[in-house]
Amino acid sequence: MTKKKTFLDVVSTNRFIHTLLAIILGFLFGAIFLAIMGLSVGQAYGRLINSVTTLKGFSYVIVYSIPYIMTGLSVAFSFKTGVFNIGCEGQFVMGSMAAAVVGILLGDLPGIVLIPLCFLAAMAAGALWGAIVGFLKTKWGINEVLSMIMFNWIAFYLSNFIAGIPAIHNDGSAEATKSISEHASTLLSKDLIKNMGLAPTANWGILVAIAMTVVIWIIIEKTTLGYELKAVGANRYSAEYGGINVNRSILLALAISGAMAGLGGALQLMGMGSRISVFSSQEGFGFAGIVVALMGCSNPFGVLVAGIFYGALTYGGSKLNLVGAPTQLISVIVGTVVFFISISVIFENLKRIKTRAQRNAEAAAMRRAEEKEAQK
Amino acid sequence: MKKYLALILALVMAFALVACGSKNNTDNKIKIGMVTDVGGVNDKSFNQTSWEGLQALAKADSSFEVNYLESKTDADYKTNINTFIDEDYDLIICVGYMLADATREAAEANPDQKFAIIDDASCADLPNVACLMFAQEQASYLVGLVAGSVTESKTVGYVQGMVSDSMNLFGIGYITGVLEACPDATVLQYNANNFGDSAGGATAAKDMITKGADVIYHAAGGTGMGVIEACNEEGIWAIGVDTDQSILAPDHVITSAMKRVDVASQDISKAVKDGNFKSGVHMYDLSNGGVDLAPTRDHIPADVLAKVEAAKAAIIAGEKTVPTSTADCPAFTLDD
Repeated sequence: MTKKKTFLDVVSTNRFIHTLLAIILGFLFGAIFLAIMGLSVGQAYGRLINSVTTLKGFSYVIVYSIPYIMTGLSVAFSFKTGVFNIGCEGQFVMGSMAAAVVGILLGDLPGIVLIPLCFLAAMAAGALWGAIVGFLKTKWGINEVLSMIMFNWIAFYLSNFIAGIPAIHNDGSAEATKSISEHASTLLSKDLIKNMGLAPTANWGILVAIAMTVVIWIIIEKTTLGYELKAVGANRYSAEYGGINVNRSILLALAISGAMAGLGGALQLMGMGSRISVFSSQEGFGFAGIVVALMGCSNPFGVLVAGIFYGALTYGGSKLNLVGAPTQLISVIVGTVVFFISISVIFENLKRIKTRAQRNAEAAAMRRAEEKEAQK
Repeated sequence: MKKYLALILALVMAFALVACGSKNNTDNKIKIGMVTDVGGVNDKSFNQTSWEGLQALAKADSSFEVNYLESKTDADYKTNINTFIDEDYDLIICVGYMLADATREAAEANPDQKFAIIDDASCADLPNVACLMFAQEQASYLVGLVAGSVTESKTVGYVQGMVSDSMNLFGIGYITGVLEACPDATVLQYNANNFGDSAGGATAAKDMITKGADVIYHAAGGTGMGVIEACNEEGIWAIGVDTDQSILAPDHVITSAMKRVDVASQDISKAVKDGNFKSGVHMYDLSNGGVDLAPTRDHIPADVLAKVEAAKAAIIAGEKTVPTSTADCPAFTLDD
């Protein structure tokens, strides 16, 4: 018997459709807010679309999306392995600071040595920041969410401290680090940027991000390590029973996740910022990674697309007040999207309840039929 | 399943249709773009003041079109400046010295584009950048006189947001003023190393109050909100900075050291319109009203006010100069 699929069936089982629906609802809510404020929906969304669809605009989008892809990968990887890496923010900060220190102090090295060195330093710093939390969890059972939130702040103030060290601090009046050596920059050549009309900050960091997307996918899907990590994520007790070293898995998962976030910090620094300012508030790349991982359904390639989408929203959204709409509109849209993705559980439960009710009804009907038969 | 995909695609297309066909036409207006630092446009300080100044300008003179772009991170400065360049803005105002490097880079790459930067003189050598500087030590000196005159415990406090040459001017001016009015006063000094930590500001202020301070001046942006709050709670005088901050605690903010960032942004915008834009340093001080005591002066005793006005007149007349280097003010200890 072929049954026609209902709306509930589709939404509760197909995460892609569900996410798409959530995004559209997000834009709808944004439109409602615009309408309430008496602003033109067409003008605001038109601006949003126009500013990301030109070649220059799109190159901006790509540049903006690089850190989001990396933090998204970091969080998605942790989701797959059963830990919730809310410490991505701190790992990102540590990674970019490590890359900055290497990029400033060893600035005389040629790019071919310096750039990989910056990447490695950033990944090591991010991995360390994740692994410390993993160690606290496996050794003393300290809840990783709590310690990660605190570690975000330790990273925040540590970064500000390092930025204040005379060898690192900016020579001018700016409250920031020195700019990293030009050898450590991932920017495309000035001529290429000019001739193609790209964003002045166009850089090849996106290639690294794409490569890492593939690497993470391979680790999760094609290696024994990934299988073990996923098994621990699904049920740590059965994994332990199956002979997997659970503590080692958690440590590794957090270290890899942290390395991704740290590398994201390096890519952002070497392509975009070229220096790190003394923070007065958290920049939020890590927290955005949670959103990106959610939108990407924790799938590495989904994260890649979601990261670019998020980059487009951030870049396009920053221009909204040129047409009189508030940039906070983007937060409304993103918040709504996250909300509707998060309530997917409700759809799943609704479906379960409905199925159970159907089954009960069918069973009751059958019993009645049997009773009738017996009476005859 | 295909049906729902189709539904979604249809919705997306409907959006795309709505989104098209809107084009705002900007006829021969003078377009002024302002790029904020990471404090954002509602920071109750520089960004907000200069934006309000520009808004007032656009309201009074319809030939101006003003807009701002907010920077969320340090990396956004370049992007935002370039956005305005791409949109053919006549003048780009960069708020705060944090934008100095990004401004220099953009100004060198776009020699025909006019820029103005607030609170930074490092770009003064470029032919297309106007550096809007404020003699913050003069205003700080005046509020220092007030503090030194009204203190009964002969102990006053000072909270600074960050140690840098430009920020130190606040402290130097203030301490000079305090010691002139009350030579044996103690000035408790604290560097918050943060412009956004209002809780930290409150803690520092309370600490000073326990040590006997009865007037506290802050030059610390958002951190200073906590200072004023603590002074309000404990019932002592606070001195605001940058804008007239008496609205934050009307009974306990005795005065504020104002920097008329709004006037400076309006002036430079008008200069662009009139075709007499000048690069280099534009100094705003007491003589041209660029810095001053806030207009709210109800709490200041008449004799103190007279003393302040006399000092102000002397500075304007050139009979008196306020020191600008830490060497001339040994009591300032935050830079050690």
